Amino acid sequence: MSQSCDISLRVNGETVRERVPVRLNLVDFLRNSLGLTGSHVGCEHGVCGACTMEVDGTMVRGCLMLAVQADGSDITTIEGFGEHQRAVDLQAAFKRNNALQCGFCTPGMMASALEYIEAGGVADRSAIREHLSGNYCRCTGYQSIVDAVVEVIGERAAK
Amino acid sequence: MTGPTHIFDQPNAYIGRSVERPDAQRLVQGRGQYVDDLQLPRMVHAAFVRSPYAHAKITDIDTRAAEQAPGIIAVFRGSDFEDYVTPYVGTLTHLQGLRSPPQMPLAVDAVRWQGEPVVMVVAQNRALAEDACALVEIEFEPLEAVCDAETALEPNTPIIHSAYDNNRAWERLVDAGDVDTEFNRGDVTVVDHVFYFARHTGVTLEARASVVEFNPSDNTLIYHYSGQAPHMMQAILSKILSLPEENIRIIARDVGGSFGIKIHLYGDDLATAVAARILNRPVKYVADRNESFVSDIHARDHRVKGRMAVTSDGKITALEIDDLTGIGPYSMYPRSSGIECNQVLNLTGAPYAIDNYRAKGTIVFQNKNMMCQYRAVGHPIAMAVADGLLESAAHEIGMDVVEIRRRNLFKDNSYPTSSAAGMKFDDLSHQQALEKLVEFMDYDSLRKDQEAARQRGVYRGIGLVSMVEVTNPSPMFYGIGGAPISAQDGATVRLDASGALHVSSSITEQGQGTNTIIAQVAAGVFGVNIDRVKVTTGDTATTPYGGGTWASRGAGIGGEAVLLAANALKEQVLDVAGTILQCARESLSIDNGVVIDAQTGAERISLGELGRLVYYRGNELPSDVSPELVATRHYRVTDFPFVFTNGAMAAHVEVDQDTGFVKILDFWAVEDCGRVINPKLVDEQIRGGVVQGIGGAFYEECVYSEDGQMLNASMADYLVPMAAEMPDIHIAHIETPTKTSVLGAKGAGEAGTGGAPAALLNAVNDALRPLNASIYQMPMTPQRILKALGAV
Amino acid sequence: MKAADFAYEKPDNLNAALELLAREDCDMQVLAGGQSLMPMMNFRLAQPELLVDLNGVSELSFIEEQPETITIGAMTRYANLAASDVIKEHVPLFQMALPHIAHSAVRNRGTIGGSTALADPAAEMPALLLALEATITVVSVGGAREIPANDFFLGLYETALQDGEIIKSIAIKKAKPQNRFGFYELARRHGDYAMAGVAIASTSIDPVCDLRIALFSVSDKAHRLPHAELAFEGENLDDTEARDAAFQELDDFDFRGDLNADGDTKRHLARVVLTRALETMMP
Repeated sequence: MSQSCDISLRVNGETVRERVPVRLNLVDFLRNSLGLTGSHVGCEHGVCGACTMEVDGTMVRGCLMLAVQADGSDITTIEGFGEHQRAVDLQAAFKRNNALQCGFCTPGMMASALEYIEAGGVADRSAIREHLSGNYCRCTGYQSIVDAVVEVIGERAAK
Repeated sequence: MTGPTHIFDQPNAYIGRSVERPDAQRLVQGRGQYVDDLQLPRMVHAAFVRSPYAHAKITDIDTRAAEQAPGIIAVFRGSDFEDYVTPYVGTLTHLQGLRSPPQMPLAVDAVRWQGEPVVMVVAQNRALAEDACALVEIEFEPLEAVCDAETALEPNTPIIHSAYDNNRAWERLVDAGDVDTEFNRGDVTVVDHVFYFARHTGVTLEARASVVEFNPSDNTLIYHYSGQAPHMMQAILSKILSLPEENIRIIARDVGGSFGIKIHLYGDDLATAVAARILNRPVKYVADRNESFVSDIHARDHRVKGRMAVTSDGKITALEIDDLTGIGPYSMYPRSSGIECNQVLNLTGAPYAIDNYRAKGTIVFQNKNMMCQYRAVGHPIAMAVADGLLESAAHEIGMDVVEIRRRNLFKDNSYPTSSAAGMKFDDLSHQQALEKLVEFMDYDSLRKDQEAARQRGVYRGIGLVSMVEVTNPSPMFYGIGGAPISAQDGATVRLDASGALHVSSSITEQGQGTNTIIAQVAAGVFGVNIDRVKVTTGDTATTPYGGGTWASRGAGIGGEAVLLAANALKEQVLDVAGTILQCARESLSIDNGVVIDAQTGAERISLGELGRLVYYRGNELPSDVSPELVATRHYRVTDFPFVFTNGAMAAHVEVDQDTGFVKILDFWAVEDCGRVINPKLVDEQIRGGVVQGIGGAFYEECVYSEDGQMLNASMADYLVPMAAEMPDIHIAHIETPTKTSVLGAKGAGEAGTGGAPAALLNAVNDALRPLNASIYQMPMTPQRILKALGAV
Repeated sequence: MKAADFAYEKPDNLNAALELLAREDCDMQVLAGGQSLMPMMNFRLAQPELLVDLNGVSELSFIEEQPETITIGAMTRYANLAASDVIKEHVPLFQMALPHIAHSAVRNRGTIGGSTALADPAAEMPALLLALEATITVVSVGGAREIPANDFFLGLYETALQDGEIIKSIAIKKAKPQNRFGFYELARRHGDYAMAGVAIASTSIDPVCDLRIALFSVSDKAHRLPHAELAFEGENLDDTEARDAAFQELDDFDFRGDLNADGDTKRHLARVVLTRALETMMP
């Protein structure tokens, strides 16, 4: 008999209460139960980075956490980064630099980029490349993504 | 072809500008709409039981336990689909002699590759479907697997298809000039190498995904498709499912990468459509990553024996190749698995004026996943073989690798011309591209640095490639061979009452920026601000009929159709404006959403006002005027089988002789893709292509065991290029517009993937040369380089 | 790929966790950071009947400084280690190795105890603990016991942990000023498992005293090189005879190949990483 649990958490600032099967992983819960389809499922083994999201202040792989483990957590997904003004400059820089093509990696890539920027990362291209090296992009060649991150670091420093 | 060249220089001519992609805002906010994002009422989910064997008879399938599992809607075996599916054969008549047996969506009596779908389970959710898959019991009688293409034709190798007398799928010979005489001349230097290109695959980040709806009340089927060619899918599903074509609607919204992977018919996707039809409810199937690796088409996997003869002054007198490839157990439907080998034969040595050329291609069946067309079909093989031999020959005769190219590349004033393999070329710029590259990379300084580094025991290498790229294909690519694959594209441009422009096009968007380019062309040609252009693509119900996006044809063919349609609509609007304003239409033009006096620029009537007059207050128009504010045009390439582009690339690498690791220090690409519509989009297209080429050169390989098991079918084990190891890639352009269209655009999507491996191979060999080592096998892994060095 | 079904318990204290672990009526897995177990469950390679989630046991997450040692709770995450000033100051070898361990999002969840208990032969942590001669404290309802790292890693994914036991903490001697450490790995891509790697610690190097060399990603588990260590004792790090003795030991070593490197390549690369790691330690 499948076990389910009640969970209560905050997602992009909203309180959510749901009953979830214990085997349901976090990204599937957000996508299928809450309709937050911005986080993408690319591999389900923690390699591609497309489901990277913020849980209680740190970026994690949404496919390597169970929904039930997020009980009591505060989660921000790509939808939240955009709508809550935290990454408006990063979004603009991604657009300006054409740092996305198909857009499938973009939510996770932006989460990892944001982690680097918010941690005070410097505009060093190889350091940025290393930090982003857990996020797979098959379209861009990565260079424009690095360009976008460098620009945002410069813009924030100038403020 | 000549046309309205004013479109390229008026103020709101967006062509040539790095316009930001309007649809990117959705994607950076996580509001894309990919197939797996779709949730429909009563939708159920599919999973597949796949063959664990490369080759086996199926002796029994027991689905009873699975049928009883919680949440199960249906369990299907291959035989359950026989009444619904007409078997399909992946051959093309112009690849004369190519053969392949009929296929069904699920294996019926035998399995012929590890990963072949055998049983389909449909359940309330994917997890429950997978639970039931584990309960399906299939009895297999394992058969000897045919894995090695080299031995597939030997008499003691088992034959995969009993209908055939051997495992040969196709062979072709090109023989131009007198190759034997040239090789046997005493005064030439001959180099020969055997090149190996590993199997690799596309690894789209969004896996293949299908959601199929069937409505029995009107016998219609809607296929939500993550792919590149909606009208092709419509045609082949109609044929295979025996449904009227007009009753099938294909909708492709956002597509998470494709690269040629999502342009074929896969058994599991077809099974999803059949299940939806049987169950009368929406069925979703999304491949998981393991399924992607064992069922998405693979590509490359060629062994090419090549030799080249050059005179002491560097003139290539003869080139000969022998290409062998294994394509899996069937030729893929509907494009066939013959094209890559065919391209290798067509394209090897194509940048060079070579009179004597012989190329043999052999394709065999084998018990591995099917191979088919993936980005830059055949190009990386053809370019690496020709330019690998060329740089090897240059060193043999003591000539610089740039100089030997200067002496053999087609001259820029020699067009139109043809290659020895019969490829027709026009509007190319090989010599100019090479010179620009040499200057761009500062070749001479780099050579000095290389020498200085060698003195310090640091082994750096410089490698080049001169290349052609097949783009803008005509019907000679597929249509001629009988496939329902359109080489023409259409665009409909419509002016609405508010003055906004709506464009619908049969080309599709997978992130390249297709929709942006369509908007740029339409806005610029017609004369509105780009913000007022809305673009629809990817829906057979609402777009004109056309081929979609493949072979770098979107901008060149689809863009030209938009140009023609926008221009036609402009003429129609000016007709109406002339009537309204009671002046000669020739005196009018359209600029920034306003009909103006062409001479003075004075504003005469806004498009919004014109639209309101036409659509709401037709009573104010003369009764004999029937305004038509919509225009559709189609375009195809007619004078050439393909419109080739050309380019030149260079790689600068450093080989660590202790570890076999290669660091890519720099990469340069000079590309001539004709008129550049959006530089930023083109540059990133080339960079992304180069990085996939780097993948082929250094990382990507589907590793199989001797008995046909794929050993690295996960993202942890199949290595693709990641950010940390990639260099910054420098791009420069030459613009030689193609005369086959007004727009003058050629494709750019294959260039990097097609050219980079050759440049990298040459660079690594250049680094290894003082160590008396060489490598002609890709990917060039640390282990292979250490073995080449004799270190292990 | 969705995990097979399981029952789930998330105890909120160590005793409750140990009570659960003492159950013998079901096939059980302990979930720590989940960065290895979750992929295996998603692939259905691991199908536990009961999953005991330790993420609620806050008493297992700590970094504690004592006079001679640093004790690290099993549920301490890699990211906590990387951010810790105590670790920076007293366990410099961790600081050298952490950037090579996977990627940020994985380090944000992965735990020292999870990695140690898994004993993946390609992972860095077992080698680090061998080189540091760490002491691993394991607990069960029956009590606690301390296991030296040298006795903990037994083979391929095999440790001295017995049924019902989990790692409670790992104790590492604080680095002294004269101690020297070396770390070198060769991964095809940043953050990947290495083709070969080595972690080295030495009480002093002038001359060498108590050198500890631990190779990883070359065989069934992380391995010390006792002959090489002995050969360097009392010599300098650039001593060619000692290096030859080390290479001799590698010649006889049981290397096991993987998809990226066969046994011979591993042997060659083991020489390279050892040589390069030693070079980084030279004054």
